[in-house]
Amino acid sequence: MSVGEALRLAWQGLLANRLRSGLTMLGILIGVGAVILLVAVGNGASIKVQNQVQALGSNIVYIYPSSTKAGGVSQGFGSGSTLTQADVNALNDRSQAPDIVTAIPVAQASGNMTWQNQNWFAQTTGSTQDFAQVRAYDIKTGAMFTAADVTSSSKVVVVGQTVVDNLFQGQDPVGQQIKINRVTFTVVGTFASKGSAALGNQDNVAVVPITTAWNYLTGGRGKNISQIVIQATSADTVKAAQTEATNILLNLHQVADPTNPDFTSQSQQDILNATSQITGTLTVLLGAIAAISLVVGGIGIMNIMLVTVTERTREIGIRKAIGARRRDILLQFLIESMVLSGLGGLLGIAAGWLIALQIGSIKIAGGTLPQPVVSIPSVLLAFGVSVGIGLFFGIYPANRAAGLHPIEALRYE
Amino acid sequence: MDSRQPLISLNGVTKVYRMGEIEVQALRGIDLQIVEGEFIAIMGASGSGKSTLMNLIGCLDTPSEGTYLLEDVDVAELDDDSLAMIRNLRIGFVFQSFNLIPRSTALHNVEMPLIYAGDSAQRLERALAALDLVGLADRAHHQPSELSGGQQQRVAIARALITEPAILLADEPTGNLDTESSLEIMRLLTRLNEQGRTIVLITHEGDIATFASRVVRLRDGLILSDDRQVPREPAGAEAPSEQAAAEAVS
Repeated sequence: MSVGEALRLAWQGLLANRLRSGLTMLGILIGVGAVILLVAVGNGASIKVQNQVQALGSNIVYIYPSSTKAGGVSQGFGSGSTLTQADVNALNDRSQAPDIVTAIPVAQASGNMTWQNQNWFAQTTGSTQDFAQVRAYDIKTGAMFTAADVTSSSKVVVVGQTVVDNLFQGQDPVGQQIKINRVTFTVVGTFASKGSAALGNQDNVAVVPITTAWNYLTGGRGKNISQIVIQATSADTVKAAQTEATNILLNLHQVADPTNPDFTSQSQQDILNATSQITGTLTVLLGAIAAISLVVGGIGIMNIMLVTVTERTREIGIRKAIGARRRDILLQFLIESMVLSGLGGLLGIAAGWLIALQIGSIKIAGGTLPQPVVSIPSVLLAFGVSVGIGLFFGIYPANRAAGLHPIEALRYE
Repeated sequence: MDSRQPLISLNGVTKVYRMGEIEVQALRGIDLQIVEGEFIAIMGASGSGKSTLMNLIGCLDTPSEGTYLLEDVDVAELDDDSLAMIRNLRIGFVFQSFNLIPRSTALHNVEMPLIYAGDSAQRLERALAALDLVGLADRAHHQPSELSGGQQQRVAIARALITEPAILLADEPTGNLDTESSLEIMRLLTRLNEQGRTIVLITHEGDIATFASRVVRLRDGLILSDDRQVPREPAGAEAPSEQAAAEAVS
């Protein structure tokens, strides 16, 4: 018997018990739908987080000072003040670090800012004119401050979209005078919004020349550099840039033990790897939960196929009497079970996909859920697995049917 | 004794069933030769072993002892698939309870042996021709539940004939039918026999056995008698296909 004939027989068999076939299919439908949906949700979350990491800048390596100890008590990550302007200058030396485009120092200061009768709190960052380029901020209005501003420690500031929205009440901020920690600054530009971010709001920023920050904002902490941000020439050279930077700083700081330096470096790829490991685990977990329902659906198929075989014992006897071989009967019931599960799988893919498309538009507090991303491999896998489940759970009932003795099967009432 | 080469040759055939602890000796030693073109009735009360004999002849079962040669092939030496192939191509079964596949049309029931034979050449045309032979061409697309008992049995006969088998094996073909339908079926079998088909008829009704040209009586697993007789409706009797067609129209 050909597979085409078996398919026709399977279809007839399924139509003969529409309700039963439908309910059995529902088991697989829900299982496959759940796998598609939950994996899509996991993917969506993963892609969203990765986009946010990418938005931090492109091909970036961060250098942080190591923690210091005061009286034997660790002061925490980045609490040391071992990074200096000399380090930044050395990292910007092309002959020593050919894979680095630029390295910028960053100093953080808290900044309560006021404009007229409005006030707002944003992290104030001191850096150089290259900050916007390295951290991938686009200028929306006005301009970034210049190298001359850094040299002369001008009191100029570029603010992010959140600051604009909250402080200026719809007025054009460029040219306005604001006060940060009671020091008057002139707004020279604004950054375009980067959108909401799980890794902190990247739009709630104010950037001033680092010299200005040292002079007016960081108080008694002197020429403190809380991190150095390095931009590599390309995605392929990030690793090389990180190595060059590490070697330069090890040399400069005369670190005796390279396994215990007074700074740490972290590339964007490191962050990406860490986050995708977390979101990947999440996706696998969600998929595994959904897969359980797929197994339950498969057991449902086996159950129904056993009932079907018992019900059709006499039919099997007739078929054997008129010349069906063992494998003809086996094929008939295997195909029937695979059609049952495969059809359930297709419907499940459709259902999971449709729900996934809807989820991105569900409103939750402060925005929408991450748009689930249905991956084609997961669709193909789900379909393959559902047909495979039909095969696996169909083997026992089909084998039982094929093994029936024709005389006994014919006598069965 | 017929001088032709026997189609079926049973020599010292026994069959023992085990039912738990008890051994049941269904056949105790059967010697039987059937030649091509015979219309033979095997008679006996229930428990005489006639159903067991029919299962053996039909290759649904194999003998415990003795040999069964079907067209000179020793059936005992064949595996399950080969037996299935013999049932498919060389033997046509007609059962007491018709045994059509429910929810399949008459046409599909008739073409089914060809599907298992892997013979797809003009399958539908041949199935239709077989249905026409039993006078049911106009019922091809009816399901068994939409047909009368006599019509169902005629579909079963068409199915049995589709692969042009050597023997038509009919097990109480009229057992579930009224007198008139029984007569129709027996006339149909007689006509098929006249066309050269070998027919083995299993029955316990003496009335039905009168259509055959040879009657073998079984008792307790042994052949009691083996007689030749003049069939009740010899060649030239009323053509059954006309009557069948008339019934189909009504």
